[in-house]
Amino acid sequence: METIPSYFFTDLRVMLGRSMRHVFRSMDTIITVTIMPIALMLLFVYVLGGAIQSGADNYVNYLLPGIMLMAIANSMGYTSYRLFLDMQRGIFERFHSMPIARSAALWGHVLTSLVSNSLSVIVIILIALLMGFRSSAGIFSWLAVAGILALFTLTLTWIAAIAGLSAKTVDGAAAIAYPIHFLPLISSAFVPTKTMPRGVRIFAENQPVTSIVDTIRSLLSNQPVGNDIWIAMAWCVGIMAVGYFFAMRVYKRRA
Amino acid sequence: MSQHEIAISVHGLRKSYKDLPVLAGVDFQVEKGSIFALLGPNGSGKTTIVKILTTLLKPDSGQVWVNGFDVTASPDHVRQSISLTGQFAAVDEILTGRENLVLIARLRHLQGPQQIADDLLHRFGLTEAANRKVSTYSGGMRRRLDIAMSLVGDSQLIFLDEPTTGLDPEARIEVWKIVKELADSGKTVFLTTQYLDEAEQLANRIAILQEGKIIVSGTLEELKKLFPPAKVEYIEKQLTLEEIFLSLVGKKANN
Ligand SMILES: Nc1ncnc2c1ncn2[C@@H]1O[C@H](COP(=O)(O)OP(=O)(O)OP(=O)(O)O)[C@@H](O)[C@H]1O
Ligand SMILES: [Mg+2]
Repeated sequence: METIPSYFFTDLRVMLGRSMRHVFRSMDTIITVTIMPIALMLLFVYVLGGAIQSGADNYVNYLLPGIMLMAIANSMGYTSYRLFLDMQRGIFERFHSMPIARSAALWGHVLTSLVSNSLSVIVIILIALLMGFRSSAGIFSWLAVAGILALFTLTLTWIAAIAGLSAKTVDGAAAIAYPIHFLPLISSAFVPTKTMPRGVRIFAENQPVTSIVDTIRSLLSNQPVGNDIWIAMAWCVGIMAVGYFFAMRVYKRRA
Repeated sequence: MSQHEIAISVHGLRKSYKDLPVLAGVDFQVEKGSIFALLGPNGSGKTTIVKILTTLLKPDSGQVWVNGFDVTASPDHVRQSISLTGQFAAVDEILTGRENLVLIARLRHLQGPQQIADDLLHRFGLTEAANRKVSTYSGGMRRRLDIAMSLVGDSQLIFLDEPTTGLDPEARIEVWKIVKELADSGKTVFLTTQYLDEAEQLANRIAILQEGKIIVSGTLEELKKLFPPAKVEYIEKQLTLEEIFLSLVGKKANN
């Protein structure tokens, strides 16, 4: 019996091209993941900024890490939604009845999340530069920032994948967006945690987004990052491993 | 019949979903180059059989051979030699008709995907709608695109799960024409249907599935012979397949 050559990476590229079209053709997605974070950044800096005591002399610098994480978090409802539709509409079944690597369909969505988020983060950084964002960080700090953002994206993507693959309805698939949306809001992303009431503060200081925001902020302003980076990575890797395990399990069982 | 002329061979196939037994020892064979229709009421297990034959589901027991390959032992080889049009049109709504076809051609690693797409669009009367998003297509156009996607790559064995359900009479006749053309070009077609006239029109052989077993199978003529023609007021009345079917599944014909 002749063996069948594997085209995993070719197939993955085709899958990526397909889902990226979905992203670019959905105005709603573009608004939620890019335009809304930028609008919030404008709002915070030019409307509320004067009233917020962040302790930083440049509020855009203070805000940018949180805005980037928010953009990434906002995209997760869409990742989940796209996966759900492929499952529900029988697109996965069509792919799985074809001679292509079975996991290529799922990895295509994961890669799409990574690529589309990179694009929106780049746009956000460019706008921030226009608004007065400045960084003295060197290339290695920037690479570290990119790595942490990618890790954060992958972590949330696998969580969103569980929701998208196991949901029974569209609303169910999109519901994962809500808790994820809230994480950046109740963190040090926009205001320092010390101004928050005790209960909220304890949550804010001990949830992953705060350590990730603090790490990125330190990297971009050339400050020592201390333990935050390890805490941030531990959170991401831990949650990602659990998310990956369950998402794969649901995928193998249902799709 | 030599092994060479058999496209599908199923023997003692059983499948349950948890406690729900669906297939309780199914046997049938499909000759190469024929149109085989599997008839059965809702929930009788037609889709389950299609999913097992196309490697999407694993059988609990029994032997299932497709194009000379065991579906459990060498699913990859089976996938190389078949194509599936599922019960619900699995088309990408956000892409255009042409993009859908190009996508499948790329995933099948074919040369000249654009040309392949153009040819199929032409053959299925979709050239004018080629560059429109599929979300704007009518049900009939969607089904035609769906079938066209299954023909990318020229598989010799084609599965159509209820290809005309939900179509208006005109669109139905169009699909019938396509199926007949497929058979004329030497392909093997396995189709499921709830419509008796569809099986009567298209199929060389018909099998009726009920309560987990094939209760009868054969050519239309053979099925008719099982039931002696009824004498109704001096006129010898040929039974239609519908009457045969209804008497088999124990319902009363309503005339
Ligand atoms: N994934 C599943 N889990 C549990 N039960 C299932 C599953 N898929 C199908 N069934 C059940 O198995 C039985 C056969 O289903 P199947 O879809 O094969 O029937 P069908 O003949 O294709 O019906 P229809 O004409 O409605 O398409 C039904 O009772 C259905 O409810
Ligand atoms: Mg069915």
